[in-house]
Amino acid sequence: MERCFPFQTSVTVYKAYTRVESDANTIARALTAQTAETDAIRFLVGTQSLKFDNQITNEPKRLSSENRVLTCAAVWRMPPEWESGSHESPDDSSNNPQTLELLCHLDNTAHGSVACVLWEPLGDGKRVISLAENHVLLWDLQESSTKATISSTATLEGKGQLKFTAGKWSPHHNSTQLVTANDTAIRGWDLRSMSQIYCIENAHGQLVRDLDFNPNKQYYLASCGDDCKVKFWDVRHINEPVKCLEEHSHWVWSVRYNHSHDQLLLTGSSDSRVILSNMVSISSEPFGHLVDDDDLSDNEENQQEDKGKEPLQDSIIATYEEHEDSVYAVEWSAADPWLFASLSYDGRLVINRVPRALKYRILL
Amino acid sequence: MSSATTPPDSDPTGRRRVHSMLKLYYGLNEEGTAAEQAESLDPCDINGPHFDPEVYLNKLRKDCSLCELMDHESCMVKQIRSLDSDMQTLVYENYNKFISATDTIRKMKNDFKKMEDEMDCLSANMAAITEFSARISGTLQDQHAQITKLSGVHTLLRKLQFLFELPARLNKCLELQAYAQAVSAHRRARCVLQQYSHMPSFRGIQDDCHVIMEQLAQQLRQKFRDGGSSAKDLSECVELLLQLDEPAEELCDKFLSHAQSRLEADLQGLEAELKDSAFTDTGGGSVQKTSPGSNPISPSSSSVINPFLSPTAGTDILEFIDRGCNEFVSSLCLVIASYQELFINRPQEGELASKNIPEMANGKLHVFVDTLAARYFSLVERRIQEEKGVGDNSLLVRALDRFHRRLQAITKLLPGSAVPSHGTEIVVRAARERIKQYLSALQTFYHDSLTDVRQALAAPRLAVGGASASGGGVTSKDATPSLPELLTSLSNFILNQLKSVLASVHLFTAKDITFSNKPYFKGEFCSQGVREGLVVSFIKFICQSSRQYCESAGDRGGSTPPALLLLLSRLCLDYETSTISYILTLTDEQFLVQHHTPVTPVTALCAEAREAAQKLLNHYVKVQGLIISQMLRKSVETRDWVNTIEPRNVRAVMKRVVEDTTSIDVQVGLLYEEGVRKAHSSDSSKRTFSVYSSSRQQIRYAPSYTPSAPMDTNLLSNIHKLFSERIDIFSPVEFNKVSVLTGIIKISLKTFLECVRIRTFGRYGLQQIQVDCHYLQMYLWRFVSDENLVHFLLDEIVGSAAHRCLDPSPMEQSVIEVICERG
Repeated sequence: MERCFPFQTSVTVYKAYTRVESDANTIARALTAQTAETDAIRFLVGTQSLKFDNQITNEPKRLSSENRVLTCAAVWRMPPEWESGSHESPDDSSNNPQTLELLCHLDNTAHGSVACVLWEPLGDGKRVISLAENHVLLWDLQESSTKATISSTATLEGKGQLKFTAGKWSPHHNSTQLVTANDTAIRGWDLRSMSQIYCIENAHGQLVRDLDFNPNKQYYLASCGDDCKVKFWDVRHINEPVKCLEEHSHWVWSVRYNHSHDQLLLTGSSDSRVILSNMVSISSEPFGHLVDDDDLSDNEENQQEDKGKEPLQDSIIATYEEHEDSVYAVEWSAADPWLFASLSYDGRLVINRVPRALKYRILL
Repeated sequence: MSSATTPPDSDPTGRRRVHSMLKLYYGLNEEGTAAEQAESLDPCDINGPHFDPEVYLNKLRKDCSLCELMDHESCMVKQIRSLDSDMQTLVYENYNKFISATDTIRKMKNDFKKMEDEMDCLSANMAAITEFSARISGTLQDQHAQITKLSGVHTLLRKLQFLFELPARLNKCLELQAYAQAVSAHRRARCVLQQYSHMPSFRGIQDDCHVIMEQLAQQLRQKFRDGGSSAKDLSECVELLLQLDEPAEELCDKFLSHAQSRLEADLQGLEAELKDSAFTDTGGGSVQKTSPGSNPISPSSSSVINPFLSPTAGTDILEFIDRGCNEFVSSLCLVIASYQELFINRPQEGELASKNIPEMANGKLHVFVDTLAARYFSLVERRIQEEKGVGDNSLLVRALDRFHRRLQAITKLLPGSAVPSHGTEIVVRAARERIKQYLSALQTFYHDSLTDVRQALAAPRLAVGGASASGGGVTSKDATPSLPELLTSLSNFILNQLKSVLASVHLFTAKDITFSNKPYFKGEFCSQGVREGLVVSFIKFICQSSRQYCESAGDRGGSTPPALLLLLSRLCLDYETSTISYILTLTDEQFLVQHHTPVTPVTALCAEAREAAQKLLNHYVKVQGLIISQMLRKSVETRDWVNTIEPRNVRAVMKRVVEDTTSIDVQVGLLYEEGVRKAHSSDSSKRTFSVYSSSRQQIRYAPSYTPSAPMDTNLLSNIHKLFSERIDIFSPVEFNKVSVLTGIIKISLKTFLECVRIRTFGRYGLQQIQVDCHYLQMYLWRFVSDENLVHFLLDEIVGSAAHRCLDPSPMEQSVIEVICERG
């Protein structure tokens, strides 16, 4: 059910359609990049289907991957209701599908179905967070990772049935912060004290579907949701979003910052579109400060090439409409910062590159 | 002309011939002779000069018979006789005339001789008279010279006497206060005294006079300073002082300062009044602030009767201006007039003319008027600024008119003054301010009426009395107001309010208002002020506030009732189609706007209104879609689909969805037209709805395949999707009912689909979904423009549910139909 799709960086793949092949009807749901892999471009796809000819009768809802030692990828499979997740680790191979090895289960039967599992973004990969119903569970993995134990938990209390829908472990602040989404609210957590540090009520008009941290600006956060909007937040000023995009025509299921060029933002929506936007004005790369010289620079264009380029505006770079059904996940490649994949309900994985012209503009 | 030989043919010709002969004799040659000669060359012509009797006779003898000859002869004889007698009378007459003429000449000769004698006598007499006269004048010469000399001495003596009497006379004048007499007397004597001042006696007189005049001047000055006297006295006084060589500048200053003190008093009176009103303003502050705004403009005016309303601030502005005009302006005019009479317009004579008094005096006057007017204006402006209520504009206009009109008097008196133009500026400012106030009043009115509409929408079933009281006429009937009624009443309210505001503003340009023909009020006020500043701004405001409803409500959980969105959308659309152009045409007609400056075109406003309407309608679709979506989502998310029982009924939530959709359909149908829908089959609700992907019998998608062969469902669905158009879920809708409902249903079903995809179903769960979808399909197709859309989405839902089913064994189609028809 799970496949890796390796692409060599040297191969001039500009655009690739790939089906997630399966002998059964394949309904793909989750997608992630192999983060520790630096040579090969590798994505892991998780499916949602119930498989009858397989002895595994559970359904993997979310997959999280992490390269542990050298070339080893680890995959967690989390059952939502009655079985805990399984941990498989395939060998590094380029072509043939490998069976993932189950390392350990996260035994969380007490806490209900799991919404998502997060690896510690930095460090040696010994800690995992899982969000189940209204609980935040922090797991410690044993050396060689055959056993996981809950080290601490936090519970979201409130009226009604609260249920986490998404979460993200902040790569900043020495990995001590977590942000979660439930219904229309976004909450920040301090993992040391396991307590809530901020809460953006009504961040979106409807359900919040996904979150991502700006990898270069520690207080910046992107969120997306059922109101078709993508919002950018400065968590120090949570009353108003920094910016708001409204380009999709249906729920936005996934939002991802590019790992190295944080002005590039990828969103996938159930209107079957993937949109790559260029958010220059709130990126860490300082394009804006040349604005003052802008008028003068026309004459000096030849002498000063740096200044000659007019700053890029916030804009949509491209809308990818290759998918025929709802796009549930988008992800940047861990190895090549100009490559990204998107996955739709019908199991189609589309790999695209950032347009060459834009790439050179950002680089030069 | 021998009478015997020439018998004339006829009497007239004979007489004429006689005349011509006579003329010939007297040398009177006529022009007619030439012709006569020409015709009388014939020797047979008895009257012609070349008459030849022989030829004539021969001819007669030859031509005529005897009898004719006899006749001719007798005739000839008769003619000869008559000619003879004519000749005799003529000769006799001439003779007589000659005789009488000779007598007359003889008589005249005698008379002239007598007259000559008398003339001689006359000339002799005249010579004698001349001689006598010369002699007399010679004798009288000496005496005449003496008399002349004597009369000269007499005059001189009289003058001297006058001089000697002068001091006494002056004193007497002083006593009698006949200053004018004294001054004129002194003036007459002054030069003489000056000239002969080297003589001691004259010097004495001069000194005396000086002393007296000094005294007199003192008295005059005193009188001037006192100022209690009438204007005429005053002017006399000034005139005299000027004649006494008093410095004119000093006099001007004195005069002006004196006038100033009086005018100051007027101004202070005004100021005190202003302070009074300001005091009462703050005293009744809260009441007063609301009352002028709400009185004319709020729809619920009748319910708010404010006792403090009529006496707003002690005196109203008209009274204030009246007072200002009557007291300050009129006395200022008086001062100006008398000043000009005294110092500027006096006929200049003598050395006074050279001193250039008018120019100096004029300068002083201008400064004086300007400073005072500036203070007056600041007071007036303060008062105008206090006039915040938009109630009775006519009062303000009348006040401004009066203010402006009275200033015209100053223009007439003082042509170069800047005061009237300042006054006009104040009026212009006031007008501008007024437009702004009206705009904000309109805006609050709009908000108020929207609130009323909201209340009416929110509590449609509340007591009728309460609705009519709070709504202020939104509901006039007993029945709760329907949407179209609300719409018409709202748009009528707005339109009427706008019209009344236009009417009030129109007062500024009325013909009988003096300032209405100023260039500002003819041009800029109409185009920039009223059209742009008021009408266009208001329309823009409506569009903008409508758009705000979309934005704010989207994030904060739909605080706006959807019906209001729908209503506003229709309102904006109506504006786009007709109202905007109507309002602007009305404005242009009322104000005869000539657009010198570029103005917002109607099309731009219409585009804006349309955009707002579109946004509102989109938002309406979104909100309504969201409400149904939430219902569906809750129903999917909260149920345990794995362990559910076999479906017996359509779930209640589906019925609810259909009900809500129907009610939305009714609601939208009240305001929007039906719209076009694609042709559908005659009985769409009966369409076989057995399709779900996991059944592996996708005959529908690919009829050519063998039905029993297991097909790759993904391939099939993708082939289908390739040929079907992409469905934009939150796409803009058109302004008709079908499009709106299509949008809502699209959103709802898509939500349903997405929710199904993340659930797991048991066997009966799937069957329940089948039943629900069939039910929806039975009822929803009629609302949408393209029923295939509903079919497609419902297919997807069932298909996805089958994917997520642990035991996908579908229900029989016939059973489904039975269940649905039963429910």
